[in-house]
Amino acid sequence: MRFSRVCALAALLPACSFANINGRYNFQTPQTLIAHDINNLHAWIMGVIAVIFVAVFGVMFYSIFKHRKSSGHSARHFHENTTVEVLWTLIPALILVVMAWPAAKVVLAQKDTRDAEVTIKATGYQWFWGYDYLDYGFGYKSKLATPREQIENYKDQGQAKGEHYLLEVTEPLVVPVGTKVRILTTSNDVIHSWGMPAFGVKQDAIPGFIRDTWFKADRVGTFRGQCVELCGRDHGFMPIVINVVAKNDFKTWVDKKQKEAKAAADDPNKVWKLDELIARGKTVYDANCAACHKADGAGGGPFPALAGSKIANGPIAGHLGIVLHGKGAMPAWQGLSDTEIAAVITYERHSFGNKMTDMLQPKDVKAARK
Amino acid sequence: MSTTANPTIDLGPGAHGGADHHDHAHDHDHGHHTLTGWRRWVYATNHKDIGTLYLWFSFSMFITGGLMALGIRAELFTPGLQFWQPEFFNQLTTLHGVIMVFGAIMPAFTGLANWMLPLMLGAPDMAFARMNNWSFWLLPPAAALLIISLFVPGGAAAGGWTLYPPLSLQFGMGMDLAIFAIHLLGISSIMGSINIITTILNMRAPGMTLMKMPMFAWTALITNYLLVAVAPVLAGAVTMLLTDRHFGTHFFKAVGGGDPVLFQHIFWFFGHPEVYIMALPAFGVVSQIIPTFARKPLFGYHSMVYATASIAILSFMVWAHHMFSVGMPATAQLFFMFMTMLIAVPTGVKVFNWIATMWQGSMSFETPMLFAVGFVCLFTVGGFSGLVLSIAPVDTQMHDTYYVVAHFHYVLVAGALFSLFGAVYYWLPKWTGNMYSERAGKFHFWWSMVWFNVTFFPMHFLGLAGMPRRIPDYPLQFTDFNAIATVGAFCFGLGQLFFLYNVIHTIRGGVGKAPANPWDSPTLEWEVPSPAPHHTWETPPDEALVKKGLVAQALE
Repeated sequence: MRFSRVCALAALLPACSFANINGRYNFQTPQTLIAHDINNLHAWIMGVIAVIFVAVFGVMFYSIFKHRKSSGHSARHFHENTTVEVLWTLIPALILVVMAWPAAKVVLAQKDTRDAEVTIKATGYQWFWGYDYLDYGFGYKSKLATPREQIENYKDQGQAKGEHYLLEVTEPLVVPVGTKVRILTTSNDVIHSWGMPAFGVKQDAIPGFIRDTWFKADRVGTFRGQCVELCGRDHGFMPIVINVVAKNDFKTWVDKKQKEAKAAADDPNKVWKLDELIARGKTVYDANCAACHKADGAGGGPFPALAGSKIANGPIAGHLGIVLHGKGAMPAWQGLSDTEIAAVITYERHSFGNKMTDMLQPKDVKAARK
Repeated sequence: MSTTANPTIDLGPGAHGGADHHDHAHDHDHGHHTLTGWRRWVYATNHKDIGTLYLWFSFSMFITGGLMALGIRAELFTPGLQFWQPEFFNQLTTLHGVIMVFGAIMPAFTGLANWMLPLMLGAPDMAFARMNNWSFWLLPPAAALLIISLFVPGGAAAGGWTLYPPLSLQFGMGMDLAIFAIHLLGISSIMGSINIITTILNMRAPGMTLMKMPMFAWTALITNYLLVAVAPVLAGAVTMLLTDRHFGTHFFKAVGGGDPVLFQHIFWFFGHPEVYIMALPAFGVVSQIIPTFARKPLFGYHSMVYATASIAILSFMVWAHHMFSVGMPATAQLFFMFMTMLIAVPTGVKVFNWIATMWQGSMSFETPMLFAVGFVCLFTVGGFSGLVLSIAPVDTQMHDTYYVVAHFHYVLVAGALFSLFGAVYYWLPKWTGNMYSERAGKFHFWWSMVWFNVTFFPMHFLGLAGMPRRIPDYPLQFTDFNAIATVGAFCFGLGQLFFLYNVIHTIRGGVGKAPANPWDSPTLEWEVPSPAPHHTWETPPDEALVKKGLVAQALE
C-alpha cells in the first residue's frame, strides 16, 4: 500500500518494494530465503494492485470529472451488458491464478520443516519466552531487559529510552548461521505468538500443543521482534531477540551453556537454610512476580497485595497451591523449578511485613506437584 | 397474547381487554400518535420509531466506542506508558471492538432496514411489530452490561474483541458480563433478522418480485440470512467459554483435553460472515445512492444480486484466513488462501458495476453521493489490502500487526460507516421533512475523508515494519506514524460531533422544508410525503405506481 495514494505510479511500486526495505516504512531487511520470497511476492502483488488501482481509479475519476451534470453531461440510460459482466468476472479470476501460483509455492516451502539441524523449543510464558535447546540439553528464559523506569512515564518523563527500547532481552536466542533451525512453539499459559519479521516466520505458541516453523539465517547479526498474539497485561513487553552467530561460535557457546547448566542446576534434594532460601526467593520474585504484585508486594489494580494477604499469611499449602495452579488472573507457575517455587514462597512469607515462620523445601514442592 | 402487550393499553379507560383489538383496528391512524413522551418509545411498535431508536442507540455507541479509540490513540501518541496501565489499555481495545461491531455498526444497519424497508417495499410496517420492539430494547441492557463491566473488580474483558481462550478464561467477572452482553446482542440480532427476512419475503408491493426489489432490500435479505446462520454460532462459542470458566468443562482448556484453537475456528466461522454482515448492507446503500445521483439506473442489477449472494456463500468458506499463523497443515493453508482470493472476484464485480453506473451519467455530488464515492474509493483500497493479506505467506508477516488494523478500518470505517453517513444524509429529508445544509454536509465529508486517511493510512506502514496490534507501548522506530495516526484520530473524532450538529440542525428545520422526492429517485420511499407520516402504505401502492418506479430503474 506504500505509495499508492501518493503516486499511483504503477511502475514505481514494485521497485519501491525492493529499494526501500529498512524496517521503518516496509518489511525489515529479509535475512532468510523465505523472507526474500515473501518480499518478492508482496512486491509482485503490489505491482498487480497498482495496475488495477490506476485502471479502476482512472476510469472512475475520468467519469467523475467528465460525466457531471454541472458540465452539462446528460445521462445515457444503458444498464446491462452480459459481455462486460463475464469479462470482468473472468479477467480478475485469471489475475488471481497468476498471484496464487507463486504464493502456493512459498506456502509449501514454509511448511517444510524436515531435515532441521538444530531444534529449539520456544515456550511462551506470561510474559517472557523460554528457549530449550533440545539437542543439547539446556535451556533458559529470555525476558525484557528494558528497565521499568524507561517504560513508565505516568508522572514524569521517566528515564531516557535506549536505542533498543522494548526490543532488548536478558538473554537472546542464539542460532548458527546458514543452518536450518526448527522452532517448536508451545505455551505455559495462554496463546502467544513467536515470530521474527526479518526471517519471515511467525508461529502461534499454543498451550497443550506443539507447533513448528523453521528458518535458515543468511547472515550473522542480531535481529529483533515481538510477541504478536495478545497474551494479557504485558503482551507488549515480551520481545524476541535472535543472535545469529558463526557455526564455530555457536559450538563454543553451546559448550559454555552446557557447563553452566550443569553447575547451576539446583540439587533437588538439597535442604536449604532459611536465609539462603529467602535470598534466592527475592531473585525469583523480582524476575517473575514483581511485574504484577510490585517489588514491595503492594499489588495494584486487579493484582492483589501480598503484604498482609490472607494467602501469604495463611496455611502454606494454600499458598503453594495458588502458585502452582494459578487462579483467575494469576497464572500457574508450573514452569518454575521446585527450588524456585520453594524459595519464592518462603520469601513472600517473610517479606513485605509478613511475619510467618514456616518455610518450604524443594521436596515439598515436588510432592505437591503430584 | 396480544392484549396486554398492545401499545394502546395506556390510552385510557375502556381501551383494554377484548375491545382493545377492535379499537386498535379501526383507530389505526391516530391510535399510536396519542402515545407520547417515554411511552411512545418504550412501547414503540412502529417501524419508523424503532428505526429511529436503533439509529440513535447506534450513534451513542459510536461515540462511546470512539472515545475508547481516542483513549487508545492518546496512549499511543508517544512511546512509554503515559495514561493507562497496560491492563486498562487492553480493556479499551476490547470494548472498543465489541461496542463498535455489535453496538454501532450492526444496529445502525438494522435501524436503516427498519426505517426504510417497509417504505421501499410498500409495506405498512415490519412483519413482527412487537418482536421488533423487543429486539431493540434488548440492546440498551446489553450496552449497559458492557459499560458496567469497566467498573467491576478486575475490570472489563481484556482479551480483544475475539475473546480468545485461554486468555479470556483468566479474567474476572467483566468477562462474564461481556458474555451475557453478547448473548443479548445475539438474541436481538436473530429476532431482528427474522423480522427483516419475513418482511422482505412476504410484504412486497404487488408487482415487485424479488428480482425487482431495490438493491438495498437484496443486501438486507442476504445479510440477515447470514446473521441467522452465524449469530447462534457465536452464542455457542461464548457459552462454551462461560462453562469453561465456571462449570468445569474443558472445551478450550488443554489440561482437560480441550483445544484452545477450537474456539478460534468457531469464532471465525461466525466472524467472517460477520464481516459481510457489516459490509453487504453498505453495498446496498451505495447501490441506492449512486444511481440516484448519476441519474442512471444501476448497471448490472442481476450480476449485483449474484455477486452479493456469492460473497455471502464464500464468506462461510474462508474463516481460517484469520488463523494463518496458528499452524494449520499446508493443504488447509492453501485451501483457505485460494477461497479468500476468490472473494475478490464478486467484490470486484460490484465495484465495476458501480463505476459502470457512474459512467456516462449526469452526476452531481451532494453529500450522500460524496460519501458513496468516498466509500467506493476507500473500500477498494481496503479490498486491495485484503488481497495482500489473503496471500498466506505475506500474511505471515502481516498477521496481528497494524497492517490488519489498517485493513479492517478501511473496510469498516470508510466502508460501513461512510455508507451509513451517506444513508443518513440521503434519507434525512424523508425522516425529518427538512433539508440538511449541503455546505455543512460537504464539510463533514471532506473533514472525515482527510482525517480518516491521516489516521489509518500510516498504519499500513507500521504493520509492514512489524508493529504488533494491541500493544500499549512500542519500540522507538514506530513513533512518527503513531503520532500522525493519533492526531488524525482526534481530528476525525471531532468531525463526528459536527455530524451530530448537522443532524440536530436538520431536525430543527435545517435549511428549509424538504419536498417528497428531493433527489428525484424512482424508489417507493420517495412516493410518500416528507416527513414520512407515522403510518405509510396502509394500503399497498397500486401496481401502476410500482411499475412506474420499476421502469425508471430499468427493472421492467
